[in-house]
Amino acid sequence: MQYLHTIGLEVHVQLKTETKMFCGCGTVYGAAPNTNVCPVCLGYPGAMPVMNRNAVRDTILTGLMIGSEISTYSKFDRKSYFYPDMPKNYQITQYDKPFCVGGSVEVDLEGQKKLIAITRIHLEEDVAKSMHFHKSSGVDFNRAGVPLMEIVSEPDMQNAEEAFAFLQALRQIVRYVGVSDCNLEEGNMRCDVNCSVRPEGQTELGTKTELKNLNTLKGVYNAIKYELGRQVEVLSSGGTIQQETRCWDVDAGVTESLRSKENAHDYRYFPEPDLMPVVLTAKQIEDWRKELPELPRHRRERLVLEYGLPDYAAGVIVADKHVADYYEEAAALVSNPKAVSNWIMTEMLRLLGEREMDIEDVKITPAALAGIVKLVDSDAINSTKAKEVFAELFDNGGDPEKIVKEKGMGQVSDQSAIEELVDQAISENVKSAEDYKSGKKAALQYIVGQVMRLSKGKANPKMVGAMISEKLG
Amino acid sequence: MDFDKITVCGALELMEKGECSSEELVSGLLGVIDSKDGEIGAYLSVDHADALEQAREADRKRANGESGRLLGVPIAIKDVLNVKGQACTCASQILKGYISPYDATAIAMMRKEGAVFLGRTNMDEFAMGSSTENSSCQITRNPHNMDCVPGGSSGGSAAAVAGGEALAALGTDTGGSIRQPAAFCGCVGLKPSYGRVSRYGLVAFASSFDQIGPMTRDVRDSAHLLGVISGQDDMDSSSLNLPVPDYVSMLKDDLKGVTLGLPKEYFVDGMDDEVRASVMKAVDVCRGLGAEITEVSLPHTDYAIAVYYIIATAEASTNLARFDGVRYGFRAEGVTDPIDMYGKTRSQGFGDEVKRRIILGTYVLSSGYYDAYYLSAQKVRTLIRRDFEDAFKKCDALLTPTTPTPAFKRGDKSDDPLQMYLCDIFTATANLAGVCGISVPCGKSSDGLPIGLQLLGPEFKEENILRTAYAYEQGRENG
Amino acid sequence: MDDKNEKIDVAYVAHLARMHLTDEECGRFQEQMEQIVGYVRKINELDLDGIEPTSHTKPVENVFREDVIKPGLDRDVVLENAPLSKDGQFTVPKIIG
Repeated sequence: MQYLHTIGLEVHVQLKTETKMFCGCGTVYGAAPNTNVCPVCLGYPGAMPVMNRNAVRDTILTGLMIGSEISTYSKFDRKSYFYPDMPKNYQITQYDKPFCVGGSVEVDLEGQKKLIAITRIHLEEDVAKSMHFHKSSGVDFNRAGVPLMEIVSEPDMQNAEEAFAFLQALRQIVRYVGVSDCNLEEGNMRCDVNCSVRPEGQTELGTKTELKNLNTLKGVYNAIKYELGRQVEVLSSGGTIQQETRCWDVDAGVTESLRSKENAHDYRYFPEPDLMPVVLTAKQIEDWRKELPELPRHRRERLVLEYGLPDYAAGVIVADKHVADYYEEAAALVSNPKAVSNWIMTEMLRLLGEREMDIEDVKITPAALAGIVKLVDSDAINSTKAKEVFAELFDNGGDPEKIVKEKGMGQVSDQSAIEELVDQAISENVKSAEDYKSGKKAALQYIVGQVMRLSKGKANPKMVGAMISEKLG
Repeated sequence: MDFDKITVCGALELMEKGECSSEELVSGLLGVIDSKDGEIGAYLSVDHADALEQAREADRKRANGESGRLLGVPIAIKDVLNVKGQACTCASQILKGYISPYDATAIAMMRKEGAVFLGRTNMDEFAMGSSTENSSCQITRNPHNMDCVPGGSSGGSAAAVAGGEALAALGTDTGGSIRQPAAFCGCVGLKPSYGRVSRYGLVAFASSFDQIGPMTRDVRDSAHLLGVISGQDDMDSSSLNLPVPDYVSMLKDDLKGVTLGLPKEYFVDGMDDEVRASVMKAVDVCRGLGAEITEVSLPHTDYAIAVYYIIATAEASTNLARFDGVRYGFRAEGVTDPIDMYGKTRSQGFGDEVKRRIILGTYVLSSGYYDAYYLSAQKVRTLIRRDFEDAFKKCDALLTPTTPTPAFKRGDKSDDPLQMYLCDIFTATANLAGVCGISVPCGKSSDGLPIGLQLLGPEFKEENILRTAYAYEQGRENG
Repeated sequence: MDDKNEKIDVAYVAHLARMHLTDEECGRFQEQMEQIVGYVRKINELDLDGIEPTSHTKPVENVFREDVIKPGLDRDVVLENAPLSKDGQFTVPKIIG
């Protein structure tokens, strides 16, 4: 029998605010345990929460970016459950009046586009981090109270590939808005998966399981693959699926049932009396909309049209908003914007990768990169020297023309100087010259190479080639 | 110095004139506490050395020409308010060992004005009760009759003020916890409008009802203290950004142009005759001072206690979830896993009344019951609010008894929670509607127990009830 | 509340609230809670159709703080209050699952 798969995701994204959701404690990652805490985020007796304005704005910006409807009336609620990582043993979250409702994310599946619908985006507070000692557990409340945006998708995905593509697209969008780094290692993007299978022809969805402990994109992908397979296997052998939470065991590569003592969840939501509702005017929402960056997929299309980039190159450039911003700034200064994209896709991304750097941190300015492109286009330097200039600017910054002058990297285009070197190369490589004359065109490149070597890379290779073929022709 | 009579404003005047120092005042009060509190039991803790040091510091400031609206004035603090460096137990075993690392905003405001924090007063555990019998620490007796309760939950604060052990105290009022003990002990107690005084640092019982307020020997002191602790606070989203009037300057000797409403639902058959007689006599005094008296109706009063207990316990069940033995306070011994730790810590750490209220609050929020209890209660709350809005269209303040009876004997109601809840019948409505209220003494029963007159005013119209209470207080003395 | 006579199950509710009650307590509270629940049910006598619920008496909206760091508490002070701590962390019995 054939089975249909259904997958929905709940993605938690930590917002990149200076302070926590409801108090003035910092949010910096990696601080010593329990050093970013105060009465509010420790759930001390008498402490009260106050909303972080930027966290609310960031959530709404994200919603606007994916086409959500922004609620004119939102509020926070208390969700009760006891756990050592919960300072108050209730979490402040949004139950029936979230900030954002609806919207969608477009994913690209090997050229096929698909829209994944979003149910809602709400804002809540993160919990503390626990770690395990030999016989006890330790709790660090630095993370408790960090603003956490929960993005809930509709069960619109049918396989692990789609879920993977969805997460990538969502991550790109959130990074575009600039509200989170979505760094999986630092745990600022986390994901729970709901999945179910049903026999083909059945309309109602099968019993779902919830997967947790998915810390990497790869983990999400592998866990879904495994779990869908497991469910099909259970059903085809006549079994039934239990509605339960299952934990992904990375090492074993399997999902395992989490048999907790507390199965009966009763969260007892009710409106948080310590916080006032958020009421937004259409004007406020429109003002925020004006702050939005272009969606990555729109920008990709525009780069193809505006700069004549191949679709693939445009895709690479827009993958990171800062790279795309950099590209456009440089491309505007040259008549050959494609050359700029080539520089970024090769040298720039290679060096960024090697040095584990972000493009915001490089010393070479977009104007300097444009300068290199112009020097190459006007034959002032050749491409070998251009790479050296790029490397120099990448580390130290500066003006490309000045560097070329200072280091004497200027291309030699002087007719007599080149002729001298060409004559020397031909006389030292008689065999190759003969080969060329007898029709072996490839021998030309060898002689050109020798001239370049003699010129220490500064000769204009086009002139050298032309002169050799003239002399031997 | 007559420690039974001296007021905050009186003490400030004496210190200003140099006729007495804060140190003299504080050491005198400590003497009274040493001799009387063994019997009354108003205080949970008094740090003599610390109080005296604060007093000397205030005297130094005054000598240096500094001033402050409470400079050198000793104030007793209900054990539900955080004072940096002090224990704050809420009269519960579960907060054993907890030391506040911060000041409640109201405390910080008083500290800024030079107040001396004298000691911490007993209360019903987590402010849940009407007799202070729910304290897990000790019994507090009514200074007017040692067999009677002082009322609650701010019973320690009321008894300290009435027993000559403090000039004034801070209490908190969630359903009458300032006004009812003030009435039982014969002092003045004011519950401000919701949002008037910051709740930051007040250990929450019911977040949408709780307010901090003064308990004093006369109305002027309540006006003075309210002026110090009122105002918007960035740490409390529910505190309102409205100007704080100079309440003391608004006090007047007469009630000309003031209309007082008598809600008929508060004068029902079966109420204590002496309470009725005292209140009606107060009505006559007010009329004599120029007030116009009119009858009004608050038709949903009969539902107030039910609504109050649903909403207050729902909020409390979550507010008290944080007491789990992880970050502060008590943790049970010999626990095997987190669930075991919670179960044992909370059952050993909380007393019966707190447990009952957590159970009720958990129940009314639980799946399948929310609409019938919590949501319905919030709707009835709307009706009760409207009752008050309508009534205040016809009058400047409402005049009622504070309690149906004077103070009762210890043990009389402690086995019957529901009867105890019904003690709040005249006070809880103000918390439901968010309006302000004050209790001022209006005579004594034949047994010598004080009777309280309650005045309720519109939201953020504390000046209305203070003016009325003050004029009545003057008229009562003169008449 | 479909069944108006449905009784509160004190033992279950106490478990939800993470309080481990003794049998004696369960028995005593059961009776008291039934009486109290019976009393508060009287609000259902009222016709509440179309009535808005009140969660805050004074309708205030949009109370925010600016996203600016404020000093918190020293770890020593915080751990001083903890029943148990180790290596700068609060310790609890081992969390399973």
